Order: sequence, then structure tokens, then C-alpha cells
Amino acid sequence: MLNNIYNIFFIPEIFLACSSFVCLLFGLFLKKNTFRQTSNLAVFVLLLTILLVYYDSESNFANYKSLFSHSSFINFFKILALLGSIASIIISKDYFLGIKLKNFEIPVLFLFSTLGMMLMIASNNLMSMYLAIELQSLSLYVTAAIKRDSISSAESGVKYFILGALSSGILLYGFSLIYGFTGSMNFDDISFYLSKYDNLNLGLIFGLVFVMVGLAFKVSAVPFHMWTPDVYEGAPNSITGFFAIVPKIAAVALIYRFCLVPFENFYLEWSQIILFLSIASMFLGAIAAIAQSNIKRLLAYSSIGHIGYILIALVAANDDGIKAASIYMFSYMIMNVAVFAILLSLKVKNEYLINISDLKGLSKSNPIVSLSISIIMLSMAGIPPFIGFFGKFYVFIAAIEQELYVLSVLGVLASVISAFYYLRIIKIMYFDESKSEGIINFQISFQSKIILSLSLFVIICFIFYPSLLINLSASLTI
Amino acid sequence: MIDWPLVSVIIFLPLIGALIILFIKEDELTSINIKWAALLATLGTFILSLILWLQFDYSNPSYQYEEKFRWFDDFNFFYHVGVDGISLFMILLSTFLTPLCILASWNNIKKRVKEYMLSFLFLETVMIGMFASIDILLFYIFFEAVLIPMYLIIGIWGGNRRIYASFKFFLYTLLGSVLMLIAIIVMYRNSSSMSIEFLQGNYFSYNTQLFLWLAFFASFAVKIPMWPFHTWLPDAHVEAPTAGSVILAGVLLKMGGYGFIRFSLGMLPEATEFFIPLIMTLSIVAIVYTSLVALAQTDIKKLIAYSSVAHMGIVTIGIFLVNQQGLEGAMMQMISHGLVSAALFLCVGVIYDRMHTREIEFYGGLVQRMPLYATVFMIFMLGSVGLPGTSGFIGEFLVIVGAFKFSSYVVIGAAFGIILSAVYMLYLYKRIIFGTITNNKLAEILDINTREKIILIPLAISVILLGIFPNLFLDPMRLSLELIITNYEIANAK
Repeated sequence: MLNNIYNIFFIPEIFLACSSFVCLLFGLFLKKNTFRQTSNLAVFVLLLTILLVYYDSESNFANYKSLFSHSSFINFFKILALLGSIASIIISKDYFLGIKLKNFEIPVLFLFSTLGMMLMIASNNLMSMYLAIELQSLSLYVTAAIKRDSISSAESGVKYFILGALSSGILLYGFSLIYGFTGSMNFDDISFYLSKYDNLNLGLIFGLVFVMVGLAFKVSAVPFHMWTPDVYEGAPNSITGFFAIVPKIAAVALIYRFCLVPFENFYLEWSQIILFLSIASMFLGAIAAIAQSNIKRLLAYSSIGHIGYILIALVAANDDGIKAASIYMFSYMIMNVAVFAILLSLKVKNEYLINISDLKGLSKSNPIVSLSISIIMLSMAGIPPFIGFFGKFYVFIAAIEQELYVLSVLGVLASVISAFYYLRIIKIMYFDESKSEGIINFQISFQSKIILSLSLFVIICFIFYPSLLINLSASLTI
Repeated sequence: MIDWPLVSVIIFLPLIGALIILFIKEDELTSINIKWAALLATLGTFILSLILWLQFDYSNPSYQYEEKFRWFDDFNFFYHVGVDGISLFMILLSTFLTPLCILASWNNIKKRVKEYMLSFLFLETVMIGMFASIDILLFYIFFEAVLIPMYLIIGIWGGNRRIYASFKFFLYTLLGSVLMLIAIIVMYRNSSSMSIEFLQGNYFSYNTQLFLWLAFFASFAVKIPMWPFHTWLPDAHVEAPTAGSVILAGVLLKMGGYGFIRFSLGMLPEATEFFIPLIMTLSIVAIVYTSLVALAQTDIKKLIAYSSVAHMGIVTIGIFLVNQQGLEGAMMQMISHGLVSAALFLCVGVIYDRMHTREIEFYGGLVQRMPLYATVFMIFMLGSVGLPGTSGFIGEFLVIVGAFKFSSYVVIGAAFGIILSAVYMLYLYKRIIFGTITNNKLAEILDINTREKIILIPLAISVILLGIFPNLFLDPMRLSLELIITNYEIANAK
């Protein structure tokens, strides 16, 4: 019995939940430097959680079988989400101090939302899935509005909350239909029940569509993307960084698991929805980003475009698709970490950088930084030899394996369109002559520098030893 | 033979030079060190590539100096490089022209010398890597990576409309090459191999071949460029700095021709047979149309750019004749054009550096002040026209001989284009070199200096060498080309 209790505490989610409360108390009772110390503790907690996830065994999950599941795919995405949170907490620390937003609740909220994401990724039951989504979303709503005296931050929080609540409602309605028609909440049971039938009946199709709408909102796939640019723009930069890096990982894992576990046999039904979402996201992401002058909105549309490519791999729905999604998600996380690490350290006339046109002349005043930005942008555009190319490459391999030729061709066309706005950033830094030099400051803390260098190292050097990640992602089972 | 990885050393030596330059801090005094480092790295690469030629086994049609090791564990992707008769001279062309480019930009690149040299060294690595790769994915990675340095070279150091030109160049070529990516993946899926050698013996079903062919065509036709996909070329050439134009005309356009030989002919023979009429039509239109357009240009660089499209039309005719004379002619024409057009751009650069204009109207009577310049310019101009004794003649002659086996209409078209090329080149030469100096600003213009002599004279010698001893170049490539033709005929005889 004692042994059991001991084991339970080492289940990563439970450990993270307890530690988050410890962090909260720690921040509450600390007198000085609360924000900084709590952030450090949060990073430490997340690092321990990664270790626990890594050494997590299936037997720990025996008691939660109906609620949560355990697989290599789940663990990979959990670790990815944890890494993303660690990176975004570290890179945003100085930014928060810089704008004098020192609430120690922020890292704690990040911890709670990361916990929600881990549960989302692992959930094997409609109910636990919903609760996990709510846990992560509620924490995110609060963080979006955390800068209370700023109208734009409050606005983005409210927008996010209202639209998020709407989508949750739709999701819940879909769940109720699925439960009503299959009599079960558990993914495995639903799958078993559905395996007796050749077609979905009307009620289940409605349920599936509602759930898809809700999930599309969470991954911000077009046409349910409206909140993304506004929330990204309004929230403080560091919060935007967190939004861009972490929740997408969890939402993508969830949409994969939802499509491929309970509804595995009804590929034709859901793949049409995903197909549309994918094409629409790629093209809207590519075209709408062209006109943006705000770097955060641009990155919002860029992330919408990336989601389109990940959904291609979902439409492919084969082992290669899962592999492609893992590789793509990894590259997406690394590239976003790198871009936000730079963005959170750039100051124009003592204000943090917002307008793309302020990057003008950066290549003269700060050649290394502008070279780094160029590499990240080329990587995001999918130009070899950087990591972004391999993400796209594996996505197209998966799609062609499934004979989705038209989708692949549309995908590459969208990638050419999107190359335009990535190149535009390089153009502004390198080609445009600037009259006012030296107004851009680049100040970066030692820890962020390590994160930035590591992620740039991965972006550039992935090509020399790709096998590590690729073998790992090939071994994943959903 | 050589037991050390010669090809890899050639590929990565410029990159090592680039890494060294990366750590030199740039200011007024050290920019000369940066230039010397770049020059030494590229010269070293050129000398090593000469070893490649000297040690080359003429009796072996397949790849030599092969290096192969596993790169991706899950697919059959290898880091696999080697050289055969077709790629040998493409590599030599790249390694020969890059040091000349560095020299040509010695004085006229004043801002951001470090980035400039970095771009050129990176560009050299990817160009050589592309011609040397035997793995199709490796080829693609290098093929697309070429865009990055070229985009920067045009965009940062280019002329007034450089931004427009650099974007057009990048997006146009990217559009072509991403379709090739899809084709490569389809090929991999059908054959489970990425080796160019293996794929050349592989049989794809007829319909698959047609689609694959179109995808490769999209990529190479933009690159080479064929009419009507050539519109990026005049913009890119006019706006690029001199050295950028040299590399663009000298090497990057050859990537298209090289790709047609390797992929379209080598891997998709039946589709090629089907599409030959299309290629011939487009090529003849290209030759005649762009020659006429060239005649009407007022900008010297633009004129040479259009003449490039016309010359490349001869190349595509030669390639798709798929006979010995045609292919040898196409290869010779590519090498010759690589030297001649590069030299012509350098010549334009010489007077542009002095007068900062490329308007033909502005010049006239240069022979009075610049006799040496007039002489070397004449050699290149005649090389471009295809006068016997220069390199241009061999290529055009062989292509026309080959074309007689195919159709006399093609011969008429090609010959008409050659006549037109004589018209516009001689007319250009007359307008800028001959006559008396009418423009007062030209009264003080100086003849070419030592640095420019070092650049132009090796080019002039090789143009004549190529014209007098073509076998020096034709012998190494003959067997490799024969292999491609034999495979092609066997596949189509089935």
C-alpha cells in the first residue's frame, strides 16, 4: 500500500500538479524577487517532470486506464510540450521584468496550463479530454489578460475567453452526441462499438463534426482561426510566445489521437473535414500574412499555415503521417522558440519590437542577430538545408504514400506563397537602407542565450545527423 | 587513383573558407584579409578540381571518385557524391568562375564585404555539391539552397530595382523546384531508392513518367530558362552585381541543362520521347524571339541576358535530339556559354565600374582609348556569335549536325537564330567600340588594369582553347553521354 502511494506521486501529472501548488505557495510566501525565483522553480519542476515522463512506465497507468492512455506518441508530445514550456518561461523572464509585470502567478499559470496539456495529450476519454482542455484554456485566458492595466491585453483575454468558451460548448455538445449514440465515453470502447458498423449514423456524424469544429478552434485551423491574430497581437509578447509554442503541440496531439483512436475506421468521414481545414489553413496562412505589418500577427498567420501542413499528415493517416507530424511539430517548436527568444530581446527606442519595419538596418547594427533571424525565416519557409525543410519533406512523403497528389501540390504552392512574407523580413533587414542606425538594442540574458543558441544549432545542424529524431519519431505508436 | 575523399573536399573547402571568414571582424583594414581568404579558398578549390580532371578515367562511363555513407536511417538516402563525364566540366566551370568573380568584385564591392564573400563561398559549395550528388535528395537540397545566396547577392548588392528582381528570381525558381520535390518523392515511392544511378535504370509506368516529366520540366525550364519561363532572367541579370550575373549566367543556368540530361533523359525516356516536339517548338521560339528582343535592347546587360536565353535554346535543342552530336553539342554549348557570357558580363562590368552606366547610347569609340579592352571583348563577342576557332562554334555546329538527323525545320530555326546572334552581337560591338568618341565623358576612360587582365585573359585563352581542341573536353564526357543515349534507346525500343 505504501509502495502504491509512493508510485502515485511519481506519475508525472500528479507530480506536476502537486509541484504547481508548491510553486504557488512558494511565490506567496517569498518576500523578494518573487517572480524570478518562482520562474526558476517552475523551470526546475518542469525539468523533473520531463525525467519522470521519460522513465514513466505503463503500470503506473493501470488505475487510470479508462481516463488516460499511455504510448510512445503521447510521451513524445508530452516531452515536446514540457520542453516548449521550459524554453518559453526562460526566454520570457527578462521581458516580464522589463515591462514590470512581476506577478509570480504567471509561471504558476504556465505550469497549470502545461499540466492541462499533458492531460490533454494523454486523455483517453471524452470527459477527461474536456476537463484537460478546460484546465489548459482557463490558465491561458488568464495569462492573456494578465497585464490588467493594458486595454489590448484585456481585450485579447476577453476575446480568447468568449471564443474559447463557445468552442468548448460546441465540443461538449459533440461529446454528448457521441456519448448518446455509442453509450460510452472511453475512446477504446467507442472504437470497439463502432467497429461493428460500416457507416456512422447521422447523430454520430453530427457529433464528429461538432468535435472537429471544437478541435479546429484549439489548433486554430481556418475557418476557426479568427481569434489567433487578435489574441497574439493583444497579449504581451512573452505570453504570445507561450501561445505560439506550447498549446499547439497539445492540440495537435489531441486532434491526432481523437481521429486515429476512436474513429480510426471512419477515415472517410473525418478526413474530408481535415482535408478542407488543411487546404484552407495553408492558403489563408500564406496569403493573409503578406499584408501584416505587426510581427506578432505575422507569426500568428504563419502558425496557422504550419497547422495546415501538420493536418496534411493527419489526412495521410498512416505511420508516415504520425512520423511526419512528430518531426514537423518538433521543428515548429524549435523555430518558434528561436524566433521568440530573439523577439523578446529586441528593443526599439526602449520599446519592445512590434512593427516589422523597425527591423530596418538590423543587419548593420547587429549582423549576428539578423543572420539568425534570416536562418529561422528560411527554415520556416521550408528552404533546405534547415530543419523546416525536413518537416515539410516528411509531410509530403506521408501524403504521397497515401496518393494525395493534389493535396501535396497545393501544399507546395502554398509554401511558395508563404516564402514571400518570410523573405520580406530578410528584405527589410538586409535590403532596405536605414537612415537611423543603432536604434535597435539587443539585450539577452545568459539563459535565453543558451536557449537561442541551442535552438539555432538544431535548426542548422539537423541536416548533419537527422537520424536521431527521425528514428525516434518512426518508432512512435499512437 | 586517389584514396582520400577528393570530391567532398572540393565541395566543402569553400564552406571552410566561409567559416574562417565568419570569424574575421570586418572593418576598413581587415576587409582586404577577407578578400584574400575568399580568393585563396576558391583558388584552392579550383586547383583541387583540376586534379579531378587530370586523374579522370576516360574509359569509364559511370561515376568516379564515389563516396557513399548512410545519412538517413529510415529511407534509402545516402550522402553519395561522385563525378562522371557530364558533371566533371560543370564542376570545373563552377570552380573556375568563382575565383574570377571574387577578383571581379575586389574593388567595386565596398559595403558588407564579409557577407558578400560568405555568400559567394556558400554559393560555390552548393553549386559543386549539386553537380556532384548522386543521391536525388542531396541534389534537391543543394539545388534549392542555391537560391539563398543568390537572393542575397541580388538583393543587397544589386542595382535600383534589386528588390523586385531578387523576389522574382527567388519565387519563380522556388515554384519550379517545389514541384520537383513532389516528383522526387513520387519517384522514391515507386522505386524505394534515391540513387540517381539506380533510378536511371528504373522503369516508371508511362503515365507516371508523363507527370514526373512535367514536374521536372517546371523546375528545369525555369532554371535554364526556356521561353516563356524566362522573364525572371533579364531582371535578375540587370539588377545583379557583375559577379552575380557571371555566376548566374555561367553556372546557374547550366543547372537546368544538367537536370534535363540527368533526369528527363536519364530517368524518364518515354515521356521525353513524347514531349520532344514541345521542347523543340519552345526552343525555336526562344531562339528567334529572344534574339529579336535582344536586338532591340538599350541596356548592354539586358542584351546579353536575352542572348543567354537564345543560346540556351540551342542547348535544349541539342539535349532533346538525344543523339551523340546533339548531346555533345549541348554540353559544349553549355561550357562555352558559361565562359563566354561570364566574360561578356565581366566586360560590361569593366566599363560599368568606370562610367556607372550600361546604356549602349552612352558609349561609342572605346577602341580609341581602350585597345586592349576592345581586343578581348572582340574575342568573347565572336565566341558568342560562334565564329570557327572559338568555343561557340563547336557547340552550335554539333547541335546543327545532330539536328539534321531529326528534322530540317529545327535546323532552319536554329541556324536562323545563329544568324540573328551575329546580328545583335556585331551591332552591339559596333555601337560601343567602333567609331570616334562622341561623348566627352569617355575622353579620359582608362584601359583595363592588371587585375582585369588577370580576370579576362584566362577566359579568353580558354574560349580559344575550347574552339581549337574541343576533344580535350569532349573525350571525357563522350562515354557518359553514350551511356545515357543507349539507355534511352533501349527504353524506347521496348
